[in-house]
Amino acid sequence: MRQLENKLFLITNEEISIQDVVNKVVHPNAGAINTFIGTVRELTKGKKTIYLKYDAYESMAEKKLAQIGSEIQQRWPEALVAITHRIGRLDITDIAVVIAVSTPHRADSYDASRYAIERIKEIVPIWKKEHWEDGEKWIGDQLEKTAYPTGKPEEEHLS
Amino acid sequence: MIKLLFFAELEEIVGSRELTIEKGELTIVELKQFLKEQYPTLPVDRAMIAVNEEYVEDTNVIKANDVVALIPPVSGG
Repeated sequence: MRQLENKLFLITNEEISIQDVVNKVVHPNAGAINTFIGTVRELTKGKKTIYLKYDAYESMAEKKLAQIGSEIQQRWPEALVAITHRIGRLDITDIAVVIAVSTPHRADSYDASRYAIERIKEIVPIWKKEHWEDGEKWIGDQLEKTAYPTGKPEEEHLS
Repeated sequence: MIKLLFFAELEEIVGSRELTIEKGELTIVELKQFLKEQYPTLPVDRAMIAVNEEYVEDTNVIKANDVVALIPPVSGG
């Protein structure tokens, strides 16, 4: 159990501790730790969400989160990254995802954090199902793109 | 034998997260054709395909014992 919690890139059914994710990127060379916290919003395009359910292809999702970590380290070599995404039922205001990035200087930590969340929405196999008062629906294509004709995201989708 | 995985709305349409099919080698295009025949309402062309947890092109060949996942547009974050 302890080992699982120490993973830098983690899919979990449990409530996420922001501090645990931040602790994974603490480093003497860091001058900044940027934390992104994604939470469950009540209203989407005027429609009221009661709760969400997230599902994932867990093993692949953790690999893809790790890939995002590698991509960040290619672009910002001194960055340290940890990402935890929660699945299962989440209520309004619950934390769905926490991204922590540490870098020597603050500007890179903002850029890398933004990069991570945008990439999560492109390549990590996690899905949310919105439950409303009058129904439910799996949400896809949040980027308002259609199918990926080549079977995977194009480079232009990925940057 | 090839293991197929379905997620989100695809899982609901197929009625199962996991299926095995008795096939040897086939391309992604052939697999998609097979799935369209089996499940006419399955939005196969909107899905990305992952073989053994990596996204692949349509021209890829699936081999025995591969795990093939249909990944509908993702909505994490």
